[in-house]
Amino acid sequence: MSRLKTLFKHKNSNILNIYITAGFPALNDTILIVQELEKAGADIVEIGMPFSDPLADGPTIQASSQKAIENGITLSKIFEQVIEIRKTVQIPLILMGYFNQVLKFGVPQFFRKAREVGIDGLIIPDLPIDVYKNEYASLVDEIDLDLIFLITPQTSNERIKMIDKLSNGFLYQVSSHSTTGAQQDLQTSQIEYFKRVKTLNLANPTLIGFGIFNHDTFTAACQYANGAIIGSAFINAVANSTDLPSTIHQFVKDISES
Amino acid sequence: MKKYKHMHYQINDKGYYGGFGGAYIPEMLHANIEELKTQYLRIIEQKDFQDEYKDLLSNYVGRPTPLSYARRLSTKYRSKIYLKREDLTHTGAHKINNTVGQILIAKRMGKTRIIAETGAGQHGVAAATVCALMGMKCIVYMGEVDIKRQSPNVTRMKMLGAEVRVVKSGSRTLKDATNEAIRDWINHPVDTYYIIGSVVGPHPYPDMVARFQSVISDEIQKQLKRMEGREFPDKVIACVGGGSNAAGAFYHFLDNKEVELIAVEGEGLGITSGKTAATIRIGEEGVFQGSKTLLMQDHEGQIVEPYSISAGLDYPGVGPFHAHLFKSGRGTYLVATDKEALAAAFELTKLEGIIPALESAHALAALKKIVLLPDEIVVVNLSGRGDKDLEIYSKNGNYE
Ligand SMILES: Cc1ncc(COP(=O)(O)O)c(C=O)c1O
Repeated sequence: MSRLKTLFKHKNSNILNIYITAGFPALNDTILIVQELEKAGADIVEIGMPFSDPLADGPTIQASSQKAIENGITLSKIFEQVIEIRKTVQIPLILMGYFNQVLKFGVPQFFRKAREVGIDGLIIPDLPIDVYKNEYASLVDEIDLDLIFLITPQTSNERIKMIDKLSNGFLYQVSSHSTTGAQQDLQTSQIEYFKRVKTLNLANPTLIGFGIFNHDTFTAACQYANGAIIGSAFINAVANSTDLPSTIHQFVKDISES
Repeated sequence: MKKYKHMHYQINDKGYYGGFGGAYIPEMLHANIEELKTQYLRIIEQKDFQDEYKDLLSNYVGRPTPLSYARRLSTKYRSKIYLKREDLTHTGAHKINNTVGQILIAKRMGKTRIIAETGAGQHGVAAATVCALMGMKCIVYMGEVDIKRQSPNVTRMKMLGAEVRVVKSGSRTLKDATNEAIRDWINHPVDTYYIIGSVVGPHPYPDMVARFQSVISDEIQKQLKRMEGREFPDKVIACVGGGSNAAGAFYHFLDNKEVELIAVEGEGLGITSGKTAATIRIGEEGVFQGSKTLLMQDHEGQIVEPYSISAGLDYPGVGPFHAHLFKSGRGTYLVATDKEALAAAFELTKLEGIIPALESAHALAALKKIVLLPDEIVVVNLSGRGDKDLEIYSKNGNYE
């Protein structure tokens, strides 16, 4: 059974998934950050593959990506870091990045390499689900990698069900009409959308992401989904940290406890 | 717009030109793109749309634009050279053909807020213009570098009532302005219509923009018939940034193999200089800003920042239409350096009394690079006028 399936089997609420841009703030900080996140109690870590033109990301993740690229991050470096991380870390690890880099690496090669180094799932926001279905779905089944797709407030129920069928691991429920990094309290229209998705009885667990940035938004999201994903807020926290372990433990504590 | 069956060079029902195109967009834009995809052809084919579009093209844009016989240029190059005068449209470039079409689609889709990206500022001006005409709110994203080098167009956009948003990410040019426009659309999916300025982006944009620009080759056919007694030239030359003026100039000749289609990219300081925008020449297949196409990228798949003196050509990708024309061998893709383009601009000005846009000057520069026969009919698409480039011309000028 995949690590994600095992996780959700044992814990199906208040799942905390944290996103960190690989190679940020310093090139090799990724290793320590993921190790500390596990110790602090994060359930899943998403490792971002920095891309020069990240369309779905707001200013925080754009800036961290640019910094990481300047630091010298590459895909092979990320794979090396994951190998190092996997020496101790047991929680599910996901790679998130843009399709051009995967295409350039070679899609089958990339999928296999990711699995080989200990990655459990992939999120590729600009890989359309129909292209995935026609060209890559069978390969993914074969190598037991979880492909995680996004749903948004604009996604129809019918389409959500279709995406649910093609997804493994969990569904990434984008909380609002936005790129990453928006910070405001949840609106009633968002709550209605969360409720709507909840009534669909989907096969996959759902995690709510984009705009989750503190204890209140995390707890609110967890009422309607199996957990939530935090990215920009965590990037901001580590960006200026002089003591990564204590920053990380404090961050996770602040999110989990009121 | 007549329905032409271009078996090999037109978009297929899945939104691809050969192996290029498609809609590689995040789920956040799926509903928007789907809405546009299901509506654009239906709207374009409606009679009231056609009537309004044609009326605006003739009575507002000033179409048909002349096809000018360039007598002194022809003598110099020993050929029959015609200039398709997109520089004489309202706002001074071909970009308006597209914005007039798209604003009518936006209106019919009930959208109230218009966003656009711009490089040279010509598309931004054309978008701001149609928004003023229709009383719609307009936001234009423009890179900081381009704001500096094309400042007259910034003034025009502001005067037209548009909000110009300065883009400071990446190379601070057209690609980054496009990223920001797409992000804006993700944040405003319901009320906003994104008017893309070239044959780039996810399907159906490349096809839609090509259709609106196809008026250029439609007119060339009719004008040549009158002037030369034949409906097609031997060669059509156009510059390529994203590729919209070239797509429009080639469109009705795609299936006529007697017509040589010549596209010219901005070579910048030279192909091997690391300062170039010659995407087709040095690009590789990838996915960028919504479509699978050729693009300038490194071995990690990171987008390489382009360079050209011409803001409108300074783009690391190219429309899937052109990636396919190139791969299939139907189109000839040349390059011209900054210097060659500048020389061609001064030459046209002196010989014909026409100051071309720097982008269009790249097309003119190709005259030196191809074999021309005395009886051949060559059409150069003069995509825009050079007013916006006067500062660059005066810095690089040689006025004796
Ligand atoms: C006058 C002119 N020509 C050409 C271009 C390049 O665009 P495209 O390749 O889409 O025609 C521009 C773009 O700004 C322009 O202003």
